[in-house]
Amino acid sequence: MPDVIRNGAVTPDAWTFVGLGEGFDAAAPLPTGAIVVPLAAWQAQREALLARNESIGVWLAPADDAEALRGDLGRLALIAVQFPKFTDGRGYSTAVLLRRAGYQGELRAFGDLGRDQLFYLSRVGFDAFALREREDLAGAIASLRDFHETYQGSINQPAPLFRRRETAGTTR
Amino acid sequence: MYRYDNYDHSIVADRVAQFRDQTRRYLAGQLTDDEFRPLRLQNGLYIQRQAPMLRVAVPYGMLSSEQLRMLAHIARKYDRGYGHFTTRQNIQYNWPKLEEVPDILADLASVEMHAIQTSGNCIRNITTDHFAGVAPDEHVDPRVLAEILRQWSTFHPEFAFLPRKFKIALSGSDQDRAATLLHDIGLHAVRNESGELGLRVIVGGGMGRTPIIGHVVRDFLPWREMLTYCEAVLRVYNRHGRRDNLYKSRIKILVKALGPQEFTRQVEAEWEFGKGSPSVLTDAEYERIAKHFTRPAYELLPALDPFYVEALADSRAFTKWTERNVHAHQVDGYASVTLSLKKTGLPPGDATAEQMDFVAGLADRYSFGELRVSHEQNLILADVRKRDLFALWLEAKSQGLATPNIGLLTNIVCCPGGDFCSLANAKSIPIAEAIQRRFDDLDYLHDIGELDLNISGCMNSCGHHHVGHIGILGVDKNGAEWYQVSIGGDQGNDAALGHVIGPSFAASQMPEVIEKLIDTYVDVRTEEERFIDTVKRLGVAPFKARVYGSREAVHA
Ligand code: SF4
Repeated sequence: MPDVIRNGAVTPDAWTFVGLGEGFDAAAPLPTGAIVVPLAAWQAQREALLARNESIGVWLAPADDAEALRGDLGRLALIAVQFPKFTDGRGYSTAVLLRRAGYQGELRAFGDLGRDQLFYLSRVGFDAFALREREDLAGAIASLRDFHETYQGSINQPAPLFRRRETAGTTR
Repeated sequence: MYRYDNYDHSIVADRVAQFRDQTRRYLAGQLTDDEFRPLRLQNGLYIQRQAPMLRVAVPYGMLSSEQLRMLAHIARKYDRGYGHFTTRQNIQYNWPKLEEVPDILADLASVEMHAIQTSGNCIRNITTDHFAGVAPDEHVDPRVLAEILRQWSTFHPEFAFLPRKFKIALSGSDQDRAATLLHDIGLHAVRNESGELGLRVIVGGGMGRTPIIGHVVRDFLPWREMLTYCEAVLRVYNRHGRRDNLYKSRIKILVKALGPQEFTRQVEAEWEFGKGSPSVLTDAEYERIAKHFTRPAYELLPALDPFYVEALADSRAFTKWTERNVHAHQVDGYASVTLSLKKTGLPPGDATAEQMDFVAGLADRYSFGELRVSHEQNLILADVRKRDLFALWLEAKSQGLATPNIGLLTNIVCCPGGDFCSLANAKSIPIAEAIQRRFDDLDYLHDIGELDLNISGCMNSCGHHHVGHIGILGVDKNGAEWYQVSIGGDQGNDAALGHVIGPSFAASQMPEVIEKLIDTYVDVRTEEERFIDTVKRLGVAPFKARVYGSREAVHA
């Protein structure tokens, strides 16, 4: 399995993603182990999956509503948000909604993503990233710090610059 | 005007470094065209017909003379010696080299400028009234809130990949000079009965293929909630705006599909989470920004300057210019001046490096070293002593910047069109020029009076043809360039969309078509009636009859 960037470091990944191909049947039997299932499969087989007593993850497609997981946020070890095309920015709002609802587990962005998206992704609450295959992950980590300062508040820094500036009591 | 502190400098410097590295990786083949495109667009860089085109942000149209000199320097060093001011108060260069763009951005950063989010599916340059801070009908100087919006929207992490571009305009006066009814979000700064500052929020206006006047979603939003409310609007749009069809992806289509009521309900529900969050603005922040927009050191002057009055009596040409290009000011003895970039024979909105340097000098000598870009693609000196108007006029004339046509037919708003823009259906600049040539009699032009003529080279409407009293749209018919004409559009408080008068015309017919529209108006107008008033009173029919009546138009 390809490595991922997690908490600012390149780490091996133990999760198996299920149902990424076309025509996945949400009711079909699921493999054992640490799996990440599509929202539809989670909704169809929730009880059975919870009964396994294993770490379970759910992945959301761009159109999936984060609200559907509201009651389960404490039960999921991973929520992964798919970006089939990096120009489809719905996943950024999905991340904000999940974090705002109190989700504290791993929030992973995966799909058509490169290092140039890392900074924004990390700001909206993602803490893990599975990038395009040819990305040099070790090099990409530097892009988590493309900017030293930001104006607006977001998930990883809720206080906008004007609040922090006021606390600092200076305009530097 | 707003000056950067170390935070602003650091953020822009990081952007220059980031884009330099992205360009390097692209040229080294590490980024594909598809991967690089949105990155360069968010830095204002298009690949056009001739060469790349770089659009530089002029936040809410404000420039210092130092910045304008840098724009001139860039035109000379990296381009062909000129730039084009746009209908969104920005400037574009048509001939930069991709490899040199990081250097251009570094030069811009040295004078507190950038090209951030001047294109791409993100929040674009915030626009406002070009007479902000000096207009007599102003209640609130919109530039403070505009700068707050600029900072908030710059690199907003959640809204960099929206379904489509997103434009916000702000106005703080009786007359809406910022076309707020035709933006994705339009904000009117207002005061309620207790004198508190707030915003009327309008969402879902826009031009393009489906022109729509925006809907008021909130009559009075306390100003401290400006950012939380805008975030709510954008979050609803980012999640639910259409992404399957380019032509249906603007927020106006979402508002229309949901209905303004349901859309508003969703926004208000989302806003519940933002209210009271750290993003609520503070008085301290407002005051910090407002310090940058204090009044310059105006002199105590009489309302009427004797020298100015004398010059008016002496020179008819000067008087004509003051009638069109000089505007009322809040302070006695001062006026605002429009330097026209609409001289016949030159592409509307274009300025040479020499002209930019020259205008920078004028700003230094006559207007506290600052100027503005108007959405009608002219330059404005906002704070000129009336006593200096005659001297300023003589100087401006020497550089072809004193065409007395502001508000008149030849002050044509015109996009770059087929000469430069790869999206164009038809050329627009030669049409503007042909019309300007047909109406070269200044007395006649003044007699025709106020008239907005706007030209776009395609449905994207960069030339704002929908809101021109006369609007011209380039259309493609089997590979040939044709022009569709509409009348009755208007901007400002009475914003209205024009009505197409009938089948389109070939380029060569256009001056004659405009002439017939004007003849109709001159024949049937009442005293004091402007062209647009006549159209509103009589409708399209008499104009249509005149244009198509005598000779069948060549239908395409
Ligand atoms: S209106 Fe069309 S032709 Fe004109 S600049 Fe915009 S996209 Fe280009």
